[in-house]
Amino acid sequence: MKPKFVQHAVWAFLVLIAVAPVWAHHGNAAFDSDKRVTMKGTVTEWFWANPHCFLQFDAKDDSGNVTHWVVEGSNPPDMINHGWTKAALKAGDQIKVTVMPVKNGKPIGRIVAVVLPNGQTLDGGFGAPPAGRAAAAPKQ
Amino acid sequence: MRRGLASAIALAAISTLVTRARAQEVPRQPGAVYDADKKGEAPAPAPKRDLTGVWEPAAGASAGVQANGAGLMPSDGKPEHELPFSQLGRETFRAHKPTFGVTQVPSALTNDPMPGCNPQGFPRVVLHNFRTSRIIQTPENVVVLYEFNKKWRVIWTDGRQLPKDATEPTWGDPDPPESRWWGYSVGKWVDDYTFVAESNGFDDRTWLDNAGRPHSDALHVIEQYHRLDRDHLEMTITIDDPKMYTKPWVAEKLRLRLQSPKFDIREMECAPIETEEYNKEFADPAAGIDSK
Repeated sequence: MKPKFVQHAVWAFLVLIAVAPVWAHHGNAAFDSDKRVTMKGTVTEWFWANPHCFLQFDAKDDSGNVTHWVVEGSNPPDMINHGWTKAALKAGDQIKVTVMPVKNGKPIGRIVAVVLPNGQTLDGGFGAPPAGRAAAAPKQ
Repeated sequence: MRRGLASAIALAAISTLVTRARAQEVPRQPGAVYDADKKGEAPAPAPKRDLTGVWEPAAGASAGVQANGAGLMPSDGKPEHELPFSQLGRETFRAHKPTFGVTQVPSALTNDPMPGCNPQGFPRVVLHNFRTSRIIQTPENVVVLYEFNKKWRVIWTDGRQLPKDATEPTWGDPDPPESRWWGYSVGKWVDDYTFVAESNGFDDRTWLDNAGRPHSDALHVIEQYHRLDRDHLEMTITIDDPKMYTKPWVAEKLRLRLQSPKFDIREMECAPIETEEYNKEFADPAAGIDSK
């Protein structure tokens, strides 16, 4: 059993990696980019498609109230590059999700991190800083 | 208390490592090779007059994804990235409502011409989302197959000239004039390792990039591919549009890496039925629009 602060640190590390992404072509304006919500839930649908994949799940709070969330990931090629597959999730799976919610208060957001039923943690597939343009590339 | 301090130190230490981790652990396509995998390599000399092969951004799978606009000139408000707009160019840019850059709006409010699986055209395919691409050379042309939205285009090398009138473009008799989403392109080798293509004759409904930079029917694109060695190709894109800009500007310079000839380019197709589902379930409600 790892010390709890190590578990927290690992979780924080994964979240930090995912928070400064390069999105594909659907913008950030609707999202509260500084806010994060983490919750446990039950998958109701995992939609694997362009332009972006999205995940639907039911989250239950401590009082037993259920909220239905819809959260998006990136496109399938980018999701694969970040470790995802079409079969990564199915209805009924128990997951832990951290999202960047929308500003309008609806239970909608972007995936920051998901802990899959097998314990693996994946980010939302949203790229990395666009390093490596020719001007910055190493010389031969 | 001691445990709390230890947690804080651990978090701070890990935070400082994030930048380094990002640089080393770039997103990658399974099976692809990047420059970071081959540090210290001494690539073989470049073959002469040869662009053939499967090419991937050398720094990682997302190095050619330019969400905030043309890679060298992103829409980020920095003075050094201010484009040389003409008055018409600035007015047209302000009328565009992109989902990225300094003029971004929520996706449901955009007038971006691409969502809904409409053609992004050239040069947006390379200024927005340059992904794995295959270049094929024949005696008559250079063909580029792009992963993004599964598109392709032809650069003629058979000696023909660009259409003389970019606003009424045609290859000549018997072809009637028609502007094209992907323009008309011709290219030639300027030395054994540098291929330069020029394009015009564009449909002006497309945008140059993902940040809503405009172009007119007078757009002229200069595209250079410089073969640095066997494994590397440098792609440079220059925009020349006298109606929208007061002078030409270099939009992108991206280093590409040769992949195995057996590398299979993944399918990235925009399907209207999937886009409709995405908008209904996610994009519209995210913007406060109830389309259900």
